[in-house]
Amino acid sequence: MHIPDGFLNTATAAATYVVSAGGVGYSIKEANKKLGEKHVPLMGVMGAFIFAAQMLNFPVMGGTSGHLIGGALAAILLGPWAGALIMTCVLIVQALVFQDGGITALGANVFNMALLACFAGYYLYRAVVSLMGENRTGTLVGGFVGAWASVFVAAIACAIELALSGRVPLGVALPAMAGVHALIGIGEGLITAVVLSFVMATRADLLQLQKV
Amino acid sequence: MKLKWWHVGLLIALGLALISPLASSWPDGLERVAEDKGFIEDAQDPSFEIIPDYVFPGVGSEALATILAGIVGTLLLFGLSYGLAALLKRREA
Repeated sequence: MHIPDGFLNTATAAATYVVSAGGVGYSIKEANKKLGEKHVPLMGVMGAFIFAAQMLNFPVMGGTSGHLIGGALAAILLGPWAGALIMTCVLIVQALVFQDGGITALGANVFNMALLACFAGYYLYRAVVSLMGENRTGTLVGGFVGAWASVFVAAIACAIELALSGRVPLGVALPAMAGVHALIGIGEGLITAVVLSFVMATRADLLQLQKV
Repeated sequence: MKLKWWHVGLLIALGLALISPLASSWPDGLERVAEDKGFIEDAQDPSFEIIPDYVFPGVGSEALATILAGIVGTLLLFGLSYGLAALLKRREA
């Protein structure tokens, strides 16, 4: 869902840059307050894992693929602000080094896939866990639901940005983006649940780290 | 040196980079919508390229070039997010 240069008009690109800069600035403040020694290696591993996993596009239907975003996973393990920080690192490297996602569109991509994805994923996960209990089932179902929703919400934001930029009417962009990403979100949900299950089986204590 | 959990985590990420040539090359969700709705042509070429499209330049085999790009990016992201976290973490008294 990385928006390339050329899709957004100046106003939309500038507005999302301003909002994202504020969000990332606040993430840095929160991280500075709450990150402890134990978070550091997990931050490194999450950044590496999300970058690598994002390369692995999986087919979702004839002629269309999707890949993990990872914002929900990072936010569930580390908290939404720390998750947004990692996602921002991934998106910056992808734009600057790999020419995936435009540099003028970086603000929008950070807004959709770092800020929105992490917060939607994290709070839906928390909601499901508080309903189903802090157990294995609650964590896995919450992880799936949060991850699915993170992709869906990011896709809706992306559709709105495209429409605001005059690229395509909202009535066209919204169902198209929401429809295909509802499918891609299933992949996001499954991968997130598998990783959470692996973490619970091997290092369950990592799930108990203070959320940032 | 004893293998710590996060060494294993990094190895798993590098393992994913190794299988990256298996990824589907079909357009992703946004590219699909842009093609179907007729605005894919509006995408501009990047103003500079370093490792465009996850293919390491100057490598003959595309699979190898993809793996190399994946390893470079995975290590870069590990260093960047680890470094940022180490910089930001609370100072322990």
